[in-house]
Amino acid sequence: MRSTLRLLVIGMVACLMLGIITGAMAQVKLNGAGATFPEPLYNRWFYDFSKQTGMQVNYQGIGSGGGIKAITAGTVDFAGSDAPLSNADLTKMPAPVLQIPTVGGAVALAHNVQGVGKQIRLSPALISGIFLGQITKWNDPKILAENPGANLPSRAITVVHRSDGSGTTFLFTSYLAAVSPTWKSQVGAGKDVKWPIGEGGKGNPGVAGLIKQIPGAIGYVELVYAAQNRLPVAAVKNRAGKYITPSPASASAAIKGALRLLKADVRSSTVNSSGSEAYPISGLTFIFVYKQPAANAASLAKLLRWTMSASAQQTAAAYQYAPLPADLIAINSNLIGQIH
Amino acid sequence: MEATYSAGLRPRPQLIISDKVFNVLLGVAGAVVLALIAILGSSLAFGSSAALKVFGWHFTIGTNWDPVKEDFGALPFIYGTLMSSILALLIAVPVGVGTGIFLAEIAPKRLAEPLAFVIELLAAVPSVVYGMWGIFVIVPLMRSLQEYAGEHWSNCVLLSGPPVGVGLLTASVVLAIMILPFIAAISKDSLQAVPRTQAEAGLALGSTRWETISGPVLRYARKGIFGGIILALGRALGETMAVTMLIGNNPQITASLFRSAYSMSAVIANEFSEATGDLHTSALVSIALVLLVLTLAVNALARLLIWGVVSQSEGKAA
Amino acid sequence: MLRERLRNVGSAVALSLCGLMCLCAVLPLAAMLYHVIRNGAPAINVAFFTQMPKPLGEPGGGLLNAIAGSLTLIVLASAIGVPIGVTAGVFLARASGSRGAFWVRYAADVLSGIPSIVFGVVVYELVVVPMKGFSAFSGGLALSLIMIPTVVRTTEEMIRMVPYTLYEAALALGAPDWRATTSVLLKGARTGIITGVMLAAARVAGETAPLLFTAFNNQFWNMKLNQPIASLPVQIFNYAVAPWDEFHQKAWAGSLVLVTLVLGLSILTRVATRGRYEIIQ
Repeated sequence: MRSTLRLLVIGMVACLMLGIITGAMAQVKLNGAGATFPEPLYNRWFYDFSKQTGMQVNYQGIGSGGGIKAITAGTVDFAGSDAPLSNADLTKMPAPVLQIPTVGGAVALAHNVQGVGKQIRLSPALISGIFLGQITKWNDPKILAENPGANLPSRAITVVHRSDGSGTTFLFTSYLAAVSPTWKSQVGAGKDVKWPIGEGGKGNPGVAGLIKQIPGAIGYVELVYAAQNRLPVAAVKNRAGKYITPSPASASAAIKGALRLLKADVRSSTVNSSGSEAYPISGLTFIFVYKQPAANAASLAKLLRWTMSASAQQTAAAYQYAPLPADLIAINSNLIGQIH
Repeated sequence: MEATYSAGLRPRPQLIISDKVFNVLLGVAGAVVLALIAILGSSLAFGSSAALKVFGWHFTIGTNWDPVKEDFGALPFIYGTLMSSILALLIAVPVGVGTGIFLAEIAPKRLAEPLAFVIELLAAVPSVVYGMWGIFVIVPLMRSLQEYAGEHWSNCVLLSGPPVGVGLLTASVVLAIMILPFIAAISKDSLQAVPRTQAEAGLALGSTRWETISGPVLRYARKGIFGGIILALGRALGETMAVTMLIGNNPQITASLFRSAYSMSAVIANEFSEATGDLHTSALVSIALVLLVLTLAVNALARLLIWGVVSQSEGKAA
Repeated sequence: MLRERLRNVGSAVALSLCGLMCLCAVLPLAAMLYHVIRNGAPAINVAFFTQMPKPLGEPGGGLLNAIAGSLTLIVLASAIGVPIGVTAGVFLARASGSRGAFWVRYAADVLSGIPSIVFGVVVYELVVVPMKGFSAFSGGLALSLIMIPTVVRTTEEMIRMVPYTLYEAALALGAPDWRATTSVLLKGARTGIITGVMLAAARVAGETAPLLFTAFNNQFWNMKLNQPIASLPVQIFNYAVAPWDEFHQKAWAGSLVLVTLVLGLSILTRVATRGRYEIIQ
């Protein structure tokens, strides 16, 4: 018993040593953290990237707030966030930061109401009413008015929101603040707000998981989370008065609608965009990287250039994200060139 | 008469350098253990100073947790931690003490030993596995229970709330399963430490088996069992992963058992890596400090009670 | 006469209730093992132990990096915690009655009751931020802090079980103090200490909270100690709260591996210890 134990311990230490030695010979590794909004796509991208170039890029979805905190502390090489840094935020960063939009996406209102018969339609007033806790049942007359002929149950509405600091929350609450003065004054917009009502899930996956489990739940998630989990999504009434289903096309339309403003400043708001086919709760997701990173500047630039390539943007479409319009890609190439 | 370790090994003159070095080394190791406590305490105190400077002692009674407006109060989390732990105790104490009685007094030795071993294994299962099992097995059960309660007892405030599945009661039930082995093991040990004379005296006076156990035997073991319960409370207070996955993560204080709540360790696990803003981070470290103080106080109380029992039984057995 | 009958019946009922309570205690463990095995076994295959995680949409993949990462963290935690713990345990056994020993023993008891997430917070503030990165090293450090109190207490108890007379005999034969301690006391207590370390390692293998913001997590294979590293409990947590069924399957499989590892170690050490105690008697 004792000698086998000794052998075991020696064996494990030997493996550890071997691992450290081989690890020291390994290729470049980049670490990133942040938004769960683009996480499924980033995981796919970085997997493909490592197959093509041998460079390992580790990305952990801990929420946009977590990404910003990590890059401020310098514990990661790049951060992912759907909430851009305002000028005030930029002054708080230890060094100049570049904000590079990678893809667009739609924030879908996924729900777990079965047997309705047709797609649920929600107007801005309904959405703010539900999330403020004023509308509490699915067969509330206000909802029935927007959805003639739908078979809505008398179930209670369970709101699901994020429990962590989230760029997706930022996009969603920006939309609500834009369309509902009550929401703007009572709650406001931000990565983390004081929700009047609802259950908290961690990350987009946590929210999608809760919606999937709770009958009568409704919550906001990036489109791919609803699609991959086969959760029904609501059609939202946009500024032009049409009910739009979230999709790569309608998210692209929203971004195109805001293109003029975006060309001036990529951080411009894309919610409640004009355009008849625009999905009103759409936005861009960013990667933050220092203009002069402490290490791996060339590798970071290589990675970012790769994400702007046609094949990468096409993969995005397959994963239900909106590829960037050519104008934004041109702006990005300029920004990426500044990394040194 | 054999010398024992309790008086320490008799000090002998340290004649060689190697002995002096050896003793210094030992002392350093001991000092490291002491230093760890100091480092822990001071690190938390330092990290929480910013938030406590802003909020003062009202931090512990504030009910608002608003990262946007930077207004933080710890009461919802203190409530959630205490309530889930107390509910867990309410479930685990009868089961645990009953199990302890069964293993110590009723079951034949051939059955009791393997059973005690199996129950101790419950304590070895990692928290994250309990959480997973809770999500996929207990939550659907709880949801059906909530739907049933919603139909039949909709007037009861304690049982109100949408049939979400996660919530205070779900977390408490799984927490109860997690602390059960501690209560059972310590109850069993305390009961086994009771001298045979107590039970025999009871039987001699004509008591039934149960009357002896619930009377003289339990009375004697009372202190140790109570200490074990407090120890289990200490563990429940600090439990993180299973609670995070099952409590619903909503910083609200409601009377309903079915609604979501939030515990101190859960909010730290969820928000710490994302707390932008120094005040937010400091508020979370303050919660860690409150948690530390709470668990230390509870564990100190438990130790006081259990040490008393151990010394008592040693005295009697001699 | 009736009252006596009632008392007897009452006694029988109460005793059987206790038996029922015991059943209620055993049932959750059985249920959990059942669910873990039933849900986890189908997802266990050779690929699980030899492949890295694949992104969403790609079938297959495994948890090789998480398993290797957990093993690395345990070895690291032991490398830091065992020397400190054993040395402090020897100190306690030798200086048993002194004031210093009282406080060290008290400190070890206090440390054992601290929630593990507090260790994670402290190591983040003291190690991760200055080091400017999440790392396997900080994760191992946080885990070692959890191991130390257990190792200290086990070492002290095991050394106290070695007959005092053996130590005196070594001294009488002319051995210096340090030699007598290491060759007699430590050697005699060796098996007990190793089992104590294995139990502590089993406990630490399942810890998730302290790793969340120290070792972080990693999609890829990593053995560099200054880089984030995957670990089984963190990966199980991420997969469990994700909405995708294929991730849930992986989480069950990971739970099966983790539970087998932890329970296996616990059972092994318990069986080994029982044999030893019989020999001493």
